[in-house]
Amino acid sequence: MHFFEFTEEQKMLRKAIREFAEAEIAPKAAEWDEQDVCPAELFKKMGEIGINGIFTPEQYGGAGIGFVGRTICLEEISRYSAGLGIAVMTHHLGIYPILQFGTEEQKKKYIPDLCSGAKIGGLGVTEPGGGSDFIGQKTAAEKKDDGWVLNGRKCFITNSHIADTTVLTAKTGQDEKGRTKLSAFIIEKGTKGFEAGRKEHKLGLRGSVTGDLVLTDVKISEDALLGKEGGGAKIGMEGIGEVGRAGMSAICVGILRGCVEEAVKFANERVVGGKAISKLQSIQFEVAKIRTAYEAARLLTYYAASLKDAGLPCANEVTTAKYYSTEAAVEASKRTMDLMGGYGIINEYPVGRFLRDALASIPSGGTSHIMQVIMAANTLSGFQA
Amino acid sequence: MEYNVAVCVKPVPDPKHYDKVTIDPVRKTITREGIPTLLNPVDKNALEAALLLREKHSGSVTAVSMAPPNAAEILREALAIGADEAYLLSDRAFGGADTLATSYTLFHGLKKIEALRGGKPFDLVLCGCESADGATAQVSSQLGEWLGWPHLWNVFSLEETGEKAFSIKTKLENGHMEWNAKLPLVLGVARELNKPRFTSVMGIMKAKNKPLTVWGREDLPDAQDTYLGLKGSPTQPGEIFTPDMKRSGEVLRGTPEEIAARVVSVLRANGVAIGG
Repeated sequence: MHFFEFTEEQKMLRKAIREFAEAEIAPKAAEWDEQDVCPAELFKKMGEIGINGIFTPEQYGGAGIGFVGRTICLEEISRYSAGLGIAVMTHHLGIYPILQFGTEEQKKKYIPDLCSGAKIGGLGVTEPGGGSDFIGQKTAAEKKDDGWVLNGRKCFITNSHIADTTVLTAKTGQDEKGRTKLSAFIIEKGTKGFEAGRKEHKLGLRGSVTGDLVLTDVKISEDALLGKEGGGAKIGMEGIGEVGRAGMSAICVGILRGCVEEAVKFANERVVGGKAISKLQSIQFEVAKIRTAYEAARLLTYYAASLKDAGLPCANEVTTAKYYSTEAAVEASKRTMDLMGGYGIINEYPVGRFLRDALASIPSGGTSHIMQVIMAANTLSGFQA
Repeated sequence: MEYNVAVCVKPVPDPKHYDKVTIDPVRKTITREGIPTLLNPVDKNALEAALLLREKHSGSVTAVSMAPPNAAEILREALAIGADEAYLLSDRAFGGADTLATSYTLFHGLKKIEALRGGKPFDLVLCGCESADGATAQVSSQLGEWLGWPHLWNVFSLEETGEKAFSIKTKLENGHMEWNAKLPLVLGVARELNKPRFTSVMGIMKAKNKPLTVWGREDLPDAQDTYLGLKGSPTQPGEIFTPDMKRSGEVLRGTPEEIAARVVSVLRANGVAIGG
């Protein structure tokens, strides 16, 4: 029995996306990083080949190949540009809540354009008070006769300045026990009072845009409410828990593969004292550790995605994968840099970027500490092997 | 007006693994076992040209390959890129074929496909102008001869000028030639002809339900054994070997003048015209 053997379609998908990534992403990834620009124009091309709507059913313009397929896409893209990887992963994060909780009208209205690349998606949850203090968010939506009026500010939002369609959460009152009720809304770019604000200057995952979304008396109609009133916490958490963190994990699998491939290339080419450094055991130990990290992260990540495809609960597996893959990517890129000696810190090589991208992947979707808190709670309350 | 186009495709070793390619000293062919294969890159240009014609008008695109059984993978890729159906001609009897035997087998394959379609002939047969491995660049012209159709090679421009009539440009070493041609034709296309599309995920999903037929020797009863496979291959390569690229170094010592004199004399001894 093989665990996680790709199907024939998944193998073809990997080959197709790899060809796309080698042709369209690899040659420009360093430039996007250096200039910190997001190649938003690529969304059109990615839409044509099916990346944007990879897990979206065909009836809404997607490819319908599921979450293992999505993981393949993010690994292949992030092998060369984790920055573009997080832009794509966030785009998926914008589609997922509409697909999962939207009405038929909302799905038909928003999703086909998000799949084709005509529009870019985003999700806005985090606020200056902290992303993981989910219920403590302050952005508020007030019900008016003919819709809602929103005020507040979201921060650290990926795709903030390029998204056309954003799902965001806001307080819509309190329940009978006095707890904050959150609701989710779909807001389109250009809506009066809805603007992108401060743009962050990031250490890593450059080539994606991260910034504020500012809401000042934003009036939206009744049908912009996504799911039930008060259902925003579930909508936000499911998206982040099963799609966002899974995406970050897949991105780091891509970074880890980059580390393996760059380490092998360098170790075989670099000659010191008359022989390639790959002949030295000290280098071989490093290569073995980097490879092990890649394989382990890959297994955790694809396993979690396969559970999602099977319709099984996967939040805990995704959390484990995200925690491991992001930390492993930091360690492996540092090892790869060490292996390369002085060359490791030269920007002509991508390994420095790998390290910065891996570091920036840790807080995206919840830090390692938050992942550990979630895992510990799950383990202490009912671990079963 | 519809165009029924056949595109001949070939699996070739992935260039990333060229270091693992060896030469079979007996059969004098390239040993490909264990090396991942790709759809020959310029065959994608041929496929793209066929798809553009079908999309502009209507008709069909049929991918055909004569290759070992694992070539089903690259035919599946051709289907994912957009071909409507695919045929793999695969049999031990076809093995070891040179270009003549290959083109003969492809010819019989095309004839059989036409017969299955009620005798309706293809309008156009497209091939990549050469394969990335053998690079003999002969199959498209030979196929044209077997079919008795006009054929052009190294096509980098293809413009419709009327109903099934084209203005065609072919590359030459120092320029190009322009042709006016009517279908049916066999064209060997160059990579400058177009930019092949990427395989889409939707295409991969659709390819699952497209027909891929495998035919062996017995499925081509009109073909004669004497023209098939190694037996039907008049090309008999002489010695084929990996050239010895070892270099020997010589350390020169002495004054700069002595070293320079030695360098000049070695270069002259090796036929390099240097100095007065």
